[in-house]
Amino acid sequence: MTTTKHRLLPWWIGLALVGVVLLLAYAAGAGFASAPAAAATGMDAAAPAEEEDDSTADHTKFEELQREFQNATEVTQACLECHTEAAKQVMESTHWTWEFPGGEPGETWGKRHVINNFCVAVTSNWPRCTSCHAGYGWKDDTFFDTATEAQVDCLICHDTTGTYKKFPAGAGHPVYEPKEFPPGSGKIWEPPDLAYVAQNVGQPGNKNCGACHFYGGGGDGVKHGDMDSTLASPPKDVDVHLSPEGAGMVCADCHKTEAHQVPGSRYRMTPKDTHGKDLPESDGNPTTCESCHGLAPMKESKLNDHVDKVACQTCHIPAFARGDKPTKMWWDWSVAGDKERGVEKDENGWVTYHYMKGEFVWAKDVVPTYLWFDGGTTYMVEGEKIDPNSEVYINHPQGAPDDPNARIYPFKVFRGKQGYDPVNQVLLVPHLFPFNKEDKTAFWKGFDWGEAFRVGMETAGLDYSGQYDWIETTMYWPITHMVAPAAQALKCNDCHAADGRLAEVPGVYIPGQTGHPTLETIGWTLTGLTLLGVVVHAGLRIANRKRV
Amino acid sequence: MKTRRIYLYTRFERFWHWMQALLIIGLGITGFEVHGAYSWLGFKTAYMWHVRFGWALVALIVFAAFWHFTTGQWRNYVPTFERVGVMVRYYTSGIFRNEPHPYKKSELSKLNPLQRLTYLAFKLLIVPILVTTGLLLIYYNRWPEWGLNWSLGQVSSLHLLGAFLILIFFIVHVYMTTTGHTVFSNIKAMLTGYEEVPEEEWEVAAAD
Repeated sequence: MTTTKHRLLPWWIGLALVGVVLLLAYAAGAGFASAPAAAATGMDAAAPAEEEDDSTADHTKFEELQREFQNATEVTQACLECHTEAAKQVMESTHWTWEFPGGEPGETWGKRHVINNFCVAVTSNWPRCTSCHAGYGWKDDTFFDTATEAQVDCLICHDTTGTYKKFPAGAGHPVYEPKEFPPGSGKIWEPPDLAYVAQNVGQPGNKNCGACHFYGGGGDGVKHGDMDSTLASPPKDVDVHLSPEGAGMVCADCHKTEAHQVPGSRYRMTPKDTHGKDLPESDGNPTTCESCHGLAPMKESKLNDHVDKVACQTCHIPAFARGDKPTKMWWDWSVAGDKERGVEKDENGWVTYHYMKGEFVWAKDVVPTYLWFDGGTTYMVEGEKIDPNSEVYINHPQGAPDDPNARIYPFKVFRGKQGYDPVNQVLLVPHLFPFNKEDKTAFWKGFDWGEAFRVGMETAGLDYSGQYDWIETTMYWPITHMVAPAAQALKCNDCHAADGRLAEVPGVYIPGQTGHPTLETIGWTLTGLTLLGVVVHAGLRIANRKRV
Repeated sequence: MKTRRIYLYTRFERFWHWMQALLIIGLGITGFEVHGAYSWLGFKTAYMWHVRFGWALVALIVFAAFWHFTTGQWRNYVPTFERVGVMVRYYTSGIFRNEPHPYKKSELSKLNPLQRLTYLAFKLLIVPILVTTGLLLIYYNRWPEWGLNWSLGQVSSLHLLGAFLILIFFIVHVYMTTTGHTVFSNIKAMLTGYEEVPEEEWEVAAAD
């Protein structure tokens, strides 16, 4: 037997080679490695500063405010003596006009014109709805013809005392003498000390904005899903930005207002901000995540690879209604009016039936619905035709997978049942809240839907056939508040899995979730056949070997 | 039967082979999890290691390519269709009749015609498909700036195709190691470098 002598190389050369290969690989694969921790949120880690009054004016020293005010409009007049342009600015803002340019030229949206499936429409219900108007006295449709600067409500946004409240049914006014609301509830609304409030004005805090925006849809947390009274001072795990333990921010830090024009409206959103940080130069919308966090805020670069298709909100708001309050998911008006049933509550104490409003379904910690979203949304205005034979979308987010401006975005889907005219095929404007003490046509007075719809449609100037029926409608509410701490953001597996969260979202290939069914069938079949072939081959070899 | 020991696989070649084997096994385990075939490590861990193994393989390929060209070992992979039929006939029938292997390994020509074809396809087709599509998938977000207008689904299906080809190669390859002089002689050779091969009759005669 001959052997080829071969001198072995030193063992350490082999070891060194292994090391070099692994090292190279590790360095190259550093896409997943950590960058400096400071880059975690794309921001400098500045501790939230203690709230301190750095105003140059002490309003308690102003003689104009050291007097008795009979009426809130007198306060506004006093404000305007110094802040000469403020009312003009407010009167141009959405907070005053309740109007927003529509999707089509000439179309106008805004609360004044659109319809929804909560309290349905402002028209014919002014004194109640306009308790959230940034003004005084909008009690009928002549308001905008006669309104003066004195009718702008400065205090609802600038009160820092927490004692100024608009009366729910006062067309925007606070009460000037003690009043009970809701009637028969025993809850007495005390008039605010207007001089005290006026002398203690300041920049709007979360409670100012929240006075209306936390209570949209007629109650705490009802409408949006990502906003309720918890956000006035939330724990960090509910909202990292607004929490005093978090960034300690206020709404206006993002909704950075100039000349009383508050940016950030759901009518026209920016789900994909390609401009990035708004300093030193703003793109005009400071409310996007990117405006502060930049375009690549994650410390793991693979995560930043997601931002072309996935909105920040999708991963960073793992669920909505995470505060103390549930949000309304379903509202059926068709069963309202049953005084026998009165008011029913579930085991959580959440109202599931109210004779004035119908049946509700509430939910907390809700996983959003995800849709492609380019920032545009269709809205239905009063009198717009519907197709009762298909799903009625009161609004619908726009955007498609191949749209470069669209990203996958979270929404609250709100459904309900409301009145429609089966002849004219329009959603009906219900007259819910009485015009005055004599008015018996309002539903909340006479509980007669026929009358309520007749007067509602008449007031809106719309044709009504006299017939009404009930129809299911759907609305989408973008989820963008209640950003959770990074540790609670979605994990890879939440989407990269067969039953991942984005399984219903079309037009996107998600490794681990989207498959290649045909190729997989062929691949696994061939693999199986190969294994079988090998086993049979081996079996034959063994069988034949025995015969030798 | 008389045998002789021949030195077939050098130190680097063995290191390269086993390193590549480990990396491919690792890539397969993590890769099929990334694709969603099962859940074991979790997507993040599987993805992270898949990319690391991938880069390690790229580094190894660079060393191996250098080795192939500087040592002239690439000549072992020059394809030949001569006697492919004989090889196929051996593996499909002769092997069951305990016929001798039709190919005689030597230091100068280590690979039989079937191996030459298979390994060449492995090196020039399957691995390049996987490495190219793999790198593309890592840098998916830069496709637009590179002027590429492909869909993620298309590229990932090519990657998956390559993965299945390697999986099938792996099964057959491992099985074929058992068809040597003894069941483990091929594996032993890849571990030690030395293989026991039957001595040629003329060698036996010469030795006698």
